[in-house]
Amino acid sequence: MKNRTFILLFAIMASVAVVLSACGGNESSNKDNAAANKSESEDYSVAIVTDEGGVDDKSFNQSSWEGLKAWGEEQGLSKGNGFDYAQSSDESDYLPNLTRLTRDGYNLIFGVGFLLQDAVTKVAEQNPDTNYAIIDTVVEAPNVASITFAEHEGSFLAGVAAAMKTKTDKLGFIGGVDSDLINKFEAGFEAGAKSVNPDIEVDIQYVGNFSSAADGKLIATRMYENDTDIIYHAAGAAGNGVFAQAKDLKQNDPDREIWVIGVDRDQHEEGKIGEHNVTFTSMVKRVDLSVQEVSDMGAKDAFPGGEVLEFGLVDDGVSLAKTNEEAMSDDIISAVDEWKEKITNGDVTVPKTRDELKEFEESL
Amino acid sequence: MHSNKWFNILVPIISVIIGLLSGAIIMLVSGYNPIQGYVALFNGAFGDLYFFGETIRQTTPYILTGLAIAFAFRAGLFNIGAEGQVIVGWLAAVWIGTSMEAPMYIHLPLALFVAALAGAFWGFIPGLLKARLGVHEVIVTIMMNYIALYSANAIIRRVLTDSADKTETIASSASLASEWLEGLTYFSRMHYGIMIALFAAVIMWFIIERTNIGYELKSVGYNQHASKYAGMSVKRNIVLAMVISGAFAGLAGSMEGLGTYGNMTVSSGFSNIGFDGIAVALLGANTAIGVVLAAFLFGALKVGALNMPTHAGVPNELVDIIIALIIFFVASSYIIRWIILRFKKEEK
Amino acid sequence: MEYVIEMLNIRKEFPGIVANDNITVQLKSGEIHALLGENGAGKSTLMNVLFGLYQPEQGEIHVKGKKVNISDPNVANDLGIGMVHQHFMLVEPFTVTQNIILGSEPTKKGKINLKKAEKEVQELSDKYGLRVDATAKISDISVGMQQRVEILKTLYRGADVLIFDEPTAVLTPQEITELIEIMHALVAEGKSIILITHKLKEIMQVCDRCTVIRKGKGIGTVNVEDTNVNELASLMVGREVSFKTEKKPAEPKETVLEIKNLIVKDTRKVEMVKGLNLDVRAGEIVGIAGIDGNGQTDLIEAITGLAKSSSGSIQLNNKKITNLSPRKVTESGVGHIPQDRHKFGLVLDFPIGENMVLRTYYQKPYSKYKVLNYKEIYQKAKTLIAEYDVRTPSVYTKARALSGGNQQKAIIAREVDRSPDLLIAAQPTRGLDVGAIEFIHQKLIEERDKGKAILLLSFELDEILDVSDRIAVIFDGKIVADVHPDETSEQELGLLMAGSKTKEAGDHHAFE
Repeated sequence: MKNRTFILLFAIMASVAVVLSACGGNESSNKDNAAANKSESEDYSVAIVTDEGGVDDKSFNQSSWEGLKAWGEEQGLSKGNGFDYAQSSDESDYLPNLTRLTRDGYNLIFGVGFLLQDAVTKVAEQNPDTNYAIIDTVVEAPNVASITFAEHEGSFLAGVAAAMKTKTDKLGFIGGVDSDLINKFEAGFEAGAKSVNPDIEVDIQYVGNFSSAADGKLIATRMYENDTDIIYHAAGAAGNGVFAQAKDLKQNDPDREIWVIGVDRDQHEEGKIGEHNVTFTSMVKRVDLSVQEVSDMGAKDAFPGGEVLEFGLVDDGVSLAKTNEEAMSDDIISAVDEWKEKITNGDVTVPKTRDELKEFEESL
Repeated sequence: MHSNKWFNILVPIISVIIGLLSGAIIMLVSGYNPIQGYVALFNGAFGDLYFFGETIRQTTPYILTGLAIAFAFRAGLFNIGAEGQVIVGWLAAVWIGTSMEAPMYIHLPLALFVAALAGAFWGFIPGLLKARLGVHEVIVTIMMNYIALYSANAIIRRVLTDSADKTETIASSASLASEWLEGLTYFSRMHYGIMIALFAAVIMWFIIERTNIGYELKSVGYNQHASKYAGMSVKRNIVLAMVISGAFAGLAGSMEGLGTYGNMTVSSGFSNIGFDGIAVALLGANTAIGVVLAAFLFGALKVGALNMPTHAGVPNELVDIIIALIIFFVASSYIIRWIILRFKKEEK
Repeated sequence: MEYVIEMLNIRKEFPGIVANDNITVQLKSGEIHALLGENGAGKSTLMNVLFGLYQPEQGEIHVKGKKVNISDPNVANDLGIGMVHQHFMLVEPFTVTQNIILGSEPTKKGKINLKKAEKEVQELSDKYGLRVDATAKISDISVGMQQRVEILKTLYRGADVLIFDEPTAVLTPQEITELIEIMHALVAEGKSIILITHKLKEIMQVCDRCTVIRKGKGIGTVNVEDTNVNELASLMVGREVSFKTEKKPAEPKETVLEIKNLIVKDTRKVEMVKGLNLDVRAGEIVGIAGIDGNGQTDLIEAITGLAKSSSGSIQLNNKKITNLSPRKVTESGVGHIPQDRHKFGLVLDFPIGENMVLRTYYQKPYSKYKVLNYKEIYQKAKTLIAEYDVRTPSVYTKARALSGGNQQKAIIAREVDRSPDLLIAAQPTRGLDVGAIEFIHQKLIEERDKGKAILLLSFELDEILDVSDRIAVIFDGKIVADVHPDETSEQELGLLMAGSKTKEAGDHHAFE
């Protein structure tokens, strides 16, 4: 008796759901058409899908969003009307987010971060009429533009600066996830440091994710306890923990020389503590510029589909921030510029992997 | 009897409505239009066949983890370890899916079976420890979750791949993905797993309601002393409950491995499929049919919520709060029950 | 005389049943008033109405002549009504004082003034002769003292009217005597008492007047002085009740149960049964008399397979059943009515119908190929319920919802129906009312007359003397005497049970 009622109830619910979805279907397909019409008659529309970090991660995703916002405002658009973002809370959200924005009629959709590689590959195959861009990795498809950065070059300069700044000759590197991409940061940084002083020690640790600031803080605590005085992080939001720890130490002992090198964006703001600032410099990756540039290309009917765009030192796609004037002394700046020159004119090839780093060290 | 039955149906429905209302209040207070918000939520879950497909896709593993936890609950055990069992099931399914070649009628069932087996084994350990040594299953299963997570990561990096972040994609002969279903739903990731999940619900119902095993498990869950008196082996039943529960959770993992993703990624945190299964089981009152309905609600909320920021401008953080509120009220149906009784009393 | 409390024409309905139908109770100031009725007659419902837990559909409550509306227990507290529950509501790790002040803590600037409270509690205890140590932890004190803490709790909250719900059910004979003294002391101090009970002896001993309830209806109020036990019993049950069970002399035949040199250790590895010998023959009821804690429980658990025996042998029909699993023991022909029916006898959250096959669910026709046949199960349950007069709304009702007597009848139906050669009945009538007790005793004797062997364990000497054909006295894990009920007395048994007099087993009846 009881079961029968339940089954009946479920049957009713299921049929209601189907009917509703059928109605909803018409409605939304109308909307799709509207959106498509809108984008044809009006402007080119662009959206980004973040990885787990979200648009306020003070790093990579935020930078992308800022770039898109800047582009959109330049075009006289507003959020939700011409450009927008969708946040993902875990990997299962990537594909639905991409598909949803596609179905909403956006002309170009960025997948921010290499984590979205699979999802972008799939959605690009399913929707050949929409353009996609993937940041930090390569997706081979005619309707996908791949945006990569020469992070190793920027990291090399960070290594140079850190080697000149350190008093203990101990540097730290905290990566997010041990992967090819982050290894580029690691190799470049170590190579840069050792180019200045081959005896410098670089302590390399990985958080295991890009999101846990608590874990980042824990690793930073241990490094600073071990007399490391400069930590370069490439750990996204987990890197916020590194700043937190450095600021804690600085607050307790303002005389202690302790530094963080930020990543992706200029993280000067993150380092402020009272009148001090623990952000020595930042390896700025101009994701915002790349987003702006690719969006522009798309809007001008020159979408670089199937191409791999590398942004490096040459075009200021990566650079070292000089916001902390106190810390970045003139001799450091001139040394950095010197090495930059050597890299851009091809005198020095910066290693991208641990193996290449080994070779590089041997050649020193 | 009669009024009781309606009461049992009424309570979860009212819970959901109160959850939605309180979510609406939050949106109003924060300056967003709740009607727009919920329309976006609804459209994001059922708006067209694509979203409906995604909702079903999300519902599939929820049904299985819900069943897993409900099954253990019926035997008086709290299997928080469904999460870990999902992970080992996922890994096992992908392992079988990537490492061998066989015709589909062997490969797919084998992958599913091994996933269930892996989950069952992951449930067996805490079950055995509970039965033999009286170690509380909650503590053991929580620990087992971490072991599963980090072991799976290590195996993906060191064994299945050469320190890559994800496994290869499984062979098509082991895949649950269906071009037909994907085509039907505009490339949603809906896959045949839903049929396995619904079938599992029938199995769960049958075991619990119709067999000696179910009778014994329920009896042990309610009263171990009386079960012993009745001649049942309490220890055997505890282990059995955890094994079957683990098998359901393992299958849930295979839904992700063989259906949704077709691979497994090194993960820094839990998938939450297992943890959400706890709420699904509670909302479904630990019955098979209830779990199916509750899983459908959770799946719809999870998928539909993605649509709220872009279509209604409600920020993600707020969406999380609203969804959490709905789940909160649903899970705290006890309070609702109490309030209804209170009203009834006043009426008289 | 002024009435402190008047409950006039109270009616309380639950879905499907009228629990109280037009009941009137009037409590005089300074009296002990009994509320008498069978289990399930509606006594507790009525008192819960008075205590504000239920709202009546009809009727009025007057306190000290004024009409009141008791909407919740707090109102009842304010009106000076206190309830001493059958199941104590105490926090074990707390002290007596902490428990008493719980919910109405005297505070000074947000801090609890425990010293002051302790002093007050101690004074209160001394005033009524309750002899409670205000600083003792609940987990360290006896059940009797816990009950006195409950009494203190109501007094501390200023109760003038105390409701005692079956207070003697959990007490030893000595503690009962003490409780009666306390009740008298309370009345002497001007309190009034309502005593909920179904024990007639107690009413005769302490009460002034008695209101009888039968099946939810108020039968009337009598002066205890003007009545006697038999009249009260027939008022309560609605027919004549015999207190002496009628039975033919036993005709013992072959030995069914034979226990030799049995040693059983409890879970703490302490020897509880120490080389015990016992025989039970077909067609006789052997009563085991003894003070709780002398190995009775362990003996029965060893026979039924619930506990392991360390040495010795147990034979059933000349077959060894020592240390067999409970199921094997059951299948070899042992029925067991367990001492604790809630813990062992029933799965309270199962429907009563499913409880009826708790021991046989796996057998045909209830189960085939491990699949249950609910049609057969409920068919069987319906038959048993009708046959043994188990009163339940339906076979689908949870066992929990049944009254104690009906639960016990269900267990007996289940165990007797399997027609076991040996039926072990451990405290089969504990907590039951006269009608149910009578029924159960008759069933036991019927089984005996069918040629079954019955082993009866009871802490009530009346029951042992009344029902047994032979009494085995257990003391310190051994059978110390074997006596015939007609040739002994309560006094003699009492001495034997206390171990102060030994009578070699076998003095009266030869053992094979």
